[in-house]
Amino acid sequence: MAETPAGDLRLANLTKRFGIFTAVDDLSLTVPQGSFFALLGASGCGKTTTLRMIAGLEEPTSGQVLLGDRDIARLRPYKRPVNTVFQSYALFPHLNIFENVAFGLRRRGIRSVDDEVLRMLSLVQLDGYGNRRPAQLSGGQQQRVALARALINRPQVLLLDEPLGALDLKLRRQMQIELKRIQTEVGITFVHVTHDQEEAMTMADTVAVMNAGRIEQLGAPADIYEFPATAFVANFLGQSNLLAGEAAGTAGGEVAVTAHGGRFSVPAGRARADRGAVHLGVRPEKLHLVGSADQVPAGHQHVTGVVTDASYVGVSTQYLLRTGWGTELSVFAANSGAVAQVPVGSEAVAYWDPRHAFLLPRDVADSDRTSPVLDEPVGASS
Amino acid sequence: MTLLAQVPTGSGQPPPEPPAARSGRYRLLPYLLLLPGAAWLLVFFGVPLVQLASASLYDPSGSLSTGYAMTWAFGNYPDVLQAYWPQFLRSFGYAGVALVLALLLGYPLAYAIAQKAGRWKNLLLVCVVAPMFTSFLVRTLAWKTILSDNGALVGLLRDVHLLAPDGRLLATPFAVVLGLTYNFLPFLVLPLYASLERLDYRLLEAASDLYASPVEAFRRVTLPLSMPGLIAGTLLFFIPASGDYINAELLGTPNEYMIGNVIDSAFLVRLDYPQGAALSFLLMAAILAVVFGYLRRAGTEEVL
Ligand SMILES: Nc1ncnc2c1ncn2[C@@H]1O[C@H](COP(=O)(O)OP(=O)(O)O)[C@@H](O)[C@H]1O
Ligand SMILES: [Mg+2]
Repeated sequence: MAETPAGDLRLANLTKRFGIFTAVDDLSLTVPQGSFFALLGASGCGKTTTLRMIAGLEEPTSGQVLLGDRDIARLRPYKRPVNTVFQSYALFPHLNIFENVAFGLRRRGIRSVDDEVLRMLSLVQLDGYGNRRPAQLSGGQQQRVALARALINRPQVLLLDEPLGALDLKLRRQMQIELKRIQTEVGITFVHVTHDQEEAMTMADTVAVMNAGRIEQLGAPADIYEFPATAFVANFLGQSNLLAGEAAGTAGGEVAVTAHGGRFSVPAGRARADRGAVHLGVRPEKLHLVGSADQVPAGHQHVTGVVTDASYVGVSTQYLLRTGWGTELSVFAANSGAVAQVPVGSEAVAYWDPRHAFLLPRDVADSDRTSPVLDEPVGASS
Repeated sequence: MTLLAQVPTGSGQPPPEPPAARSGRYRLLPYLLLLPGAAWLLVFFGVPLVQLASASLYDPSGSLSTGYAMTWAFGNYPDVLQAYWPQFLRSFGYAGVALVLALLLGYPLAYAIAQKAGRWKNLLLVCVVAPMFTSFLVRTLAWKTILSDNGALVGLLRDVHLLAPDGRLLATPFAVVLGLTYNFLPFLVLPLYASLERLDYRLLEAASDLYASPVEAFRRVTLPLSMPGLIAGTLLFFIPASGDYINAELLGTPNEYMIGNVIDSAFLVRLDYPQGAALSFLLMAAILAVVFGYLRRAGTEEVL
């Protein structure tokens, strides 16, 4: 399949409906050739469906899938220079590991596959497993077979559907590094689907955050993290404290905001709206706690509250600060030894540098949105 | 917990034996459960088998009225083989052709029901099994009516010149093979269905993602994975079909008689017990040989 002209993968207005339910909604994005692209989103947001349309396993309701300048949206899956690492692995139970990995090469009529298969098995650290059946392998090993089976074909685009989901944490980290290394080495475009924001951020050149069939934001991981485009992104990728407020326009490069009786400002370059209902956002690690307002350094902004909870997680202490109007803000203080622990129940002031805050447009019905309760601990995982 | 506490901590020492009474009872249990079935087999299969074996070695000159003498007449075997080898060949020939036809009909049918039928699955399965609710004999008699010389089918075929004006369907090898195919089809379809139903369609997607055309995906994934059902189904079809005598009796003439018809007449018409018994044993041996040969080949193919 190497004879097809190389090029970027482009999805243009791609839509998939199941009956009246729209799983993928007018999706447009470009994945540059050779890049590591992560599609990040909660379960059920349409990630798998998007991959399946690229692979040819699902026919788009409308829109195009372009590879270079060729529209492959209506090409049969076995004619596409694209391979998939399936979420369910889908290893062939009747074939041994060697034959599973050799499957794609054999179907393309390649006779001598031995060297390549053995090389691939060693790449995924499964030397000597060639004669086993998939059922004799652990979940993590099966996943690596699935990876080898797809990668051996050196497709133009490799689609990975939550390929590390079944691995335990240690192996997952190891495989993330390994995957990234393989990708850099072979220079194949990787489209990696995951619901693990940390995985997406550590591995990908570009992350697309998906929600309800649409892309909410697309960009480099640091850019998205530092300046999220929507409240969803602000809380899906890491945590954010979002204060509901009203913006009163730009003046002197600053956007003035009133929220809960307080007056704040955000640099114009960090505002995605400068008038009307807005969310003023600050990441928990950008907040600092001090005992009283006169300890706040000049040029910083602050809110006052009572510490209601402090959880010590080793590298940092995570505080909850209940503000005067009742919202709880999340504050992460690095345990660098430079600042003293703040006792629960005491009054405290949280301050931040306005250049670390960001301003997002807000639906008028929305009030404060502070960090959601995460089902996976974030800081504790590495 | 108490069991765990008994496990010695020192290495190399086997754990102590549990109390003897307990282990004795548990060791006997499987055999006790086996007892009713084993007794049934012994009385209704083992004993008649031995009786049949000895009957096949009786003096062939005896008769039911004069009585038979046990003379270890092994000559009965070559005798019947010489007299009835055409019927033997015909049995396996007809059953083989019927099997091929049944596979051509049954595999797509089982596949469609298992993978494509959706909510119609159960209804279609009932349709496959429904003919079994009527007796084998009645179904075969119905075919006799359908294929009869003055029936609508023959009339139609004659009109469109697929059949000569004096051509017939009934009383031909075609009719017998058709009857066999029809009557034993469910035995092939049901096991096939069971293994195709378990086939994960995602494996076919994976095959297709890995450059396998639909034909290749069938050959490399569907077929090997349906092998257990295919083997079971072909055996369940072939064994009764090759021993059958009703279809040849009702849909054929003595020219189409199979070995089952010969055994039937040896026992019930000619009352030649030694011959009937020897034929029965030969049929059993032949089927066993075919089955083992087949399993050997199919078994290795499945592994490849
Ligand atoms: N074949 C299908 N028929 C109907 N709905 C489907 C089908 N496949 C997926 N969906 C729906 O589309 C949505 C997106 O699914 P999916 O792409 O698998 O999500 P993700 O991979 O992001 O978890 C889900 O709500 C799912 O229920
Ligand atoms: Mg999914």
